[in-house]
Amino acid sequence: MIRKLPELVNNDEALVRRGRFLTAEIKIVVGDDEYWVDIKEGRVGAVERGPFLMRSYDIAFRASAEAWAKFWERYPAPGYQDIFGMTKRGEAEVSGDWLLFMQNLQYFKDLLQVPRRLAAEEGNA
Amino acid sequence: MPEIEPIVGRYIHFPVDGTNYRIYFEEAGQGIPLVCLHTAGSDGRQYRHLMNDSSVTGRYRVIAFDLPWHGKSNPPVGFQNREYRLATHLYANTVMSFCRALELEQPVVMGCSMGGRIVLELALRHADELRAVIGLESADYQEPWYDTGWLHRPDVHGGEVCAALVSGNMGPRSPDKYRWETLWGYMQGGPGVFKGDLYFYRVDSDFRERVAGIDTSRCAVYIMTGEYDFSCTPEDAQRTGKKIPGAKVIIMEGLGHFPMSENPELFRTYILPVLEEIAGNTVLR
Repeated sequence: MIRKLPELVNNDEALVRRGRFLTAEIKIVVGDDEYWVDIKEGRVGAVERGPFLMRSYDIAFRASAEAWAKFWERYPAPGYQDIFGMTKRGEAEVSGDWLLFMQNLQYFKDLLQVPRRLAAEEGNA
Repeated sequence: MPEIEPIVGRYIHFPVDGTNYRIYFEEAGQGIPLVCLHTAGSDGRQYRHLMNDSSVTGRYRVIAFDLPWHGKSNPPVGFQNREYRLATHLYANTVMSFCRALELEQPVVMGCSMGGRIVLELALRHADELRAVIGLESADYQEPWYDTGWLHRPDVHGGEVCAALVSGNMGPRSPDKYRWETLWGYMQGGPGVFKGDLYFYRVDSDFRERVAGIDTSRCAVYIMTGEYDFSCTPEDAQRTGKKIPGAKVIIMEGLGHFPMSENPELFRTYILPVLEEIAGNTVLR
């Protein structure tokens, strides 16, 4: 899922435009796996699989593999349709630079949700 | 032929707690007055689909007004020098003052989110003036899930952040065109208004100790909550309903926090039977 972020995001003109003022390095933690995602002016550059020792990041998103799998369904179950729904349930954590996160909130929400398109293409309900 | 909707908008002036307000309201239909209260940080346009539904307007006079500071209702003179904060007393008085100014007889009041919260207070304090209340996404209390400080500060765009905060609190099958129209209402809110509304919602309206005092034989109570609302959850609605003898709780599948505006076609399948029941009970009286 995460490895396909560059293709999914960069081919989405509206999403890139939404993030045009954003340059950041984020970390997405899926269970025990860490992915480092480099964002430059709304476009996703490299996605690297960690872990990396002593490497800084701007914002991290963390949840279990099961929780992300529910979040990335085409039509998620109640509570799994939004990152804040997951944090309220205690199933996800957002940490790091909250100012940067809130300044670009819709972009980050869209970025995290973009793998749902893969589920839609697979005809996954 | 151009399509002209039956909705008519006007302005009305009336005082609340000694302050004069110029209030914008829209209406359509004839019959039992149905006063609709918008969510925090938005305005009465959320009810445009209901006001265009002839199954509703044939029997109800549907009226939606913008609270002061919202939509086309002005803030009070001198607003630039004060922080907006909605509180229970002011909110309840504003709604009742509006109903009295329009000389509405035994209206039904329906509100969503913070509007769903205040209708519980109205049912408690003004039961004899009201026919029924409908609380959409309504509960006596809910657990906070965000810090309202982010909603009004110069280094975060208010319109963008208010919309983005609530953008996922809808059903995943709700059509994009309605989802984004709902968010547009949030994008258009004045600076600090959503935050000021949330002072009522988050700080000044813990009704957990009070709702048991509502007498549904004097004012019927309907609580309708979308299954995808993670802010005011179905569990919050059920808990609230259990405390109010005679209250009816309806969980709406597929809907989130903005049922009337995020998916109006689905919402009408839930609201029409409720409005039918209220109108039917009216005839029996």
